[in-house]
Amino acid sequence: MKRTLMKGNDAVVRGALLGGATHFFGYPITPASEIAHGAADLFTRSGRTFLQAESETSAINMMYGAASSGARTMTASSGPGVALMLEGLSYLAGSQLPTVIVDVQRAGPGLGNIWPEQSDYDMCCKGGGHGGFHNIVLAPSSGQEMADFAHKAFDMADAYRMTVVILSDAYIGQMMEPVALPQDVRHGARKSWAVYGDEESRSNLISSIVMSQEGLANLNMELQAKYQRAARDLTDWEEEQTEDAQLIVVAFGITARIALTAVRMLRSEGHRVGLLRPKTLFPFPQERIAELAQVGGRMAVAELNEGMMARDVERAVAGRCPVSRYNWFGGVVPSAEEMVLRMKEDLDG
Amino acid sequence: MNHVVVSTDLCKACRLCVEACPKHCLELGSAINALGHQAVRFDSQECTACGMCFYVCPEPGTLTVMKGTA
Amino acid sequence: MVKHAKPKGFYDVFERKSQDFPAGETTHYCPGCGHGTVHKLIAEALVDMGLQDRTIFLSPVGCAVFGYYYFDTGNIQCAHGRAPAVGTGVARSLDDAVVISYQGDGDLAGIGTAEIVHAANRNENMAVFFVNNAIYGMTGGQMAPTTLLGQSTTTSPLGRKSEREGGPIHMAEVMSALEGPIYIERCTLSSPAGVMKTRKAVRKALTNQSEKRGFSFVEILSPCPVGWKMTPVQSRSWMASSMESVFPVKRFRDEEAAPKGNGRLPFLDDGALRDLVGAVANEVPTKVSTLSQDLGVKIAGFGGQGVMSAGILLANAAIHEGLHTTWLPSYGPEMRGGKANASVVLSSDAVGSPVVDVPQALLAMNGPSLDAFENHVVPGGLVMVNSSLISRKVERRDVRVFEAPVSDLAAEAGFLKGANIVMLALFALESGVIGIQTLKEIIPKSMKNKDLVEINLRLVDVAEEFHGRE
Repeated sequence: MKRTLMKGNDAVVRGALLGGATHFFGYPITPASEIAHGAADLFTRSGRTFLQAESETSAINMMYGAASSGARTMTASSGPGVALMLEGLSYLAGSQLPTVIVDVQRAGPGLGNIWPEQSDYDMCCKGGGHGGFHNIVLAPSSGQEMADFAHKAFDMADAYRMTVVILSDAYIGQMMEPVALPQDVRHGARKSWAVYGDEESRSNLISSIVMSQEGLANLNMELQAKYQRAARDLTDWEEEQTEDAQLIVVAFGITARIALTAVRMLRSEGHRVGLLRPKTLFPFPQERIAELAQVGGRMAVAELNEGMMARDVERAVAGRCPVSRYNWFGGVVPSAEEMVLRMKEDLDG
Repeated sequence: MNHVVVSTDLCKACRLCVEACPKHCLELGSAINALGHQAVRFDSQECTACGMCFYVCPEPGTLTVMKGTA
Repeated sequence: MVKHAKPKGFYDVFERKSQDFPAGETTHYCPGCGHGTVHKLIAEALVDMGLQDRTIFLSPVGCAVFGYYYFDTGNIQCAHGRAPAVGTGVARSLDDAVVISYQGDGDLAGIGTAEIVHAANRNENMAVFFVNNAIYGMTGGQMAPTTLLGQSTTTSPLGRKSEREGGPIHMAEVMSALEGPIYIERCTLSSPAGVMKTRKAVRKALTNQSEKRGFSFVEILSPCPVGWKMTPVQSRSWMASSMESVFPVKRFRDEEAAPKGNGRLPFLDDGALRDLVGAVANEVPTKVSTLSQDLGVKIAGFGGQGVMSAGILLANAAIHEGLHTTWLPSYGPEMRGGKANASVVLSSDAVGSPVVDVPQALLAMNGPSLDAFENHVVPGGLVMVNSSLISRKVERRDVRVFEAPVSDLAAEAGFLKGANIVMLALFALESGVIGIQTLKEIIPKSMKNKDLVEINLRLVDVAEEFHGRE
């Protein structure tokens, strides 16, 4: 396959189109704007639909309408914009509508700045809006995964009738890397539950309202069962030299890339260190982390926030081994050398 | 003969049909229906089947307007 | 013979509401509420016009939240105020659907003003029925954006006062300020004649929608007897005496609009889509190079000196050489200082960190860049200096230094903006990590502006000549 140099933000648009996306509704925001630019060009030229909404609130509701009509629909934004979409995310979850959202994380809170952070972790992984719901959260750590995850996200969203969040960051989005685009073009099938404006679908209703307590309890249980199924079937991660590691760093996205270099550097000096990189953040590879924790040694969670994923790792580890936290925020991205220093402290300690 | 069939149990007794009928063919009755209202009743020879009562009535199925003898 | 009966646009039994009688055959609306009347007009029209299968009815939040109990059509229930955005998504997905957005005054004129204004402005293919009863019914009689001055509600108990709450919003007039809508009318349910005129307006809007002529907006003044604390009959009189003087009942616009296309280009098939996005299968790697270690290159200079594009060229050359690579731009605060830099990592292996804090090579296009990054270069690394703009010498003694007046060389060749190419070519020659021939092959492929290919290739020659002399 041809490897073409492109930004992650470009790769994700191309992967999505190949994955069957037909409708993009968006609102520009740095550092996600290249996705809107690319979608405006490629969705339009391919006879799909691109529409710039008047706000993120409208964009997510346009997606609600398009998904209700059976379309494969997506948007892209960054923290401040995704926050505006949370109302819609809850309705999408309640109505069990499949959509795909790319969040190219920037630093917060508030307007913050446009450098990378991973502080939308809780907002995206814990549901975000009102009510007890979750999104499937994929964490790409390369331009290639931006393409590949976008390519498979629509099948996944349809299969689970859930929102899939591709949780990227300013570096993964704006970095250029060689990307080999997927070859198979996917398409959504007709959905038995959607409204198509025809006789066959006339009796269908898309709604998140369930007036009876028992009925709404049942919906909630159905959602939870779906999340259990997702945990069983979708949980995905990658390991680098964890077998004999005394110190395993858990990191996702751009931080995992930096940690990978740090692991290689330390291994070249003879240190037994490894990396576990979750590729899905919800469902979270907690069982595997628990297994590795039982081997003994030590874990560390490296992330560009104040410890959001660390809380999930600590819960999985459940005290079986010490868990350190390496945190950077405000848009500060560590070099591999800095990561090595932190890891050495733990190895020495 | 033109007349209005009232599904008595579906009437909320808002009186809008009573007011709308140009021939004063409708009035509220005294019997209390399943919804707790004194439902409207039709009692007239004057009905023209104009449909005004039907259109002002907010309930879908309360009034049915018949034209002719059927 | 039946002349007027429950329209078939309604379900026979409202099973989503209740299976019981009479609850399953009556609405949830209070006695004398206007919603039931408007529902009936719509349900009747849908059947008379043969639109039932094509219709997708959007229920709002407000008293009509349960619209889907009643309409035997496709149904979508929407978040508060968002129905016009949801309808946009539907209309953009289903070309033939008849999209009805049914909204109240809190929904449309309060929380959803952005959505309705922009859907109207885009002239989306949908029919909007705006039921204005000047109060919030569902939540308990609170003030609406359309509540009249002096009208008391549970949140304007002393009566709405313009100094305190502002005056009522006139949505049909707001719609009239937009170019998008093709049909705007305000109707009233205050009298049987008003109901019949509303019936016509409903049909007009649905005709427009059925023929896909664009955006229709029908505002319907409607009674809320319970909220207003009046009998249904009193509420009609109040509408005529008070409401209609504030909200004039009239047709604001009725354009002869041609059916509106969807504006979409032809839907590309799989092969054409692959071509468009560049999902190309048939490329064999030309060669596979190896590097003894990862190479982090920092290219830095003024914004406008082409450091970003030099980095992209370097990364593309690396791909051509069969290497792994990343290119990371520096943006944000540094750019405001007039500095820009690109970090490029080349590796035989999949690249870990793309962050180059300790570069093996620094390509400094100006003085501030040398000042900023000289001390970060790895001992034994390479520092390339644009001596046209940098007068000082490199202070480090533990790095290899290569100086070249790349701006002058480019200017002498007649293209000052190509200094980045001269620098990159010299880096290729000096470092040996990419072949100069590779660079020559990459330039024609990578340059978006094909007029610049020739001059840039000449600049590579200039660099080769200079390097040969040094």
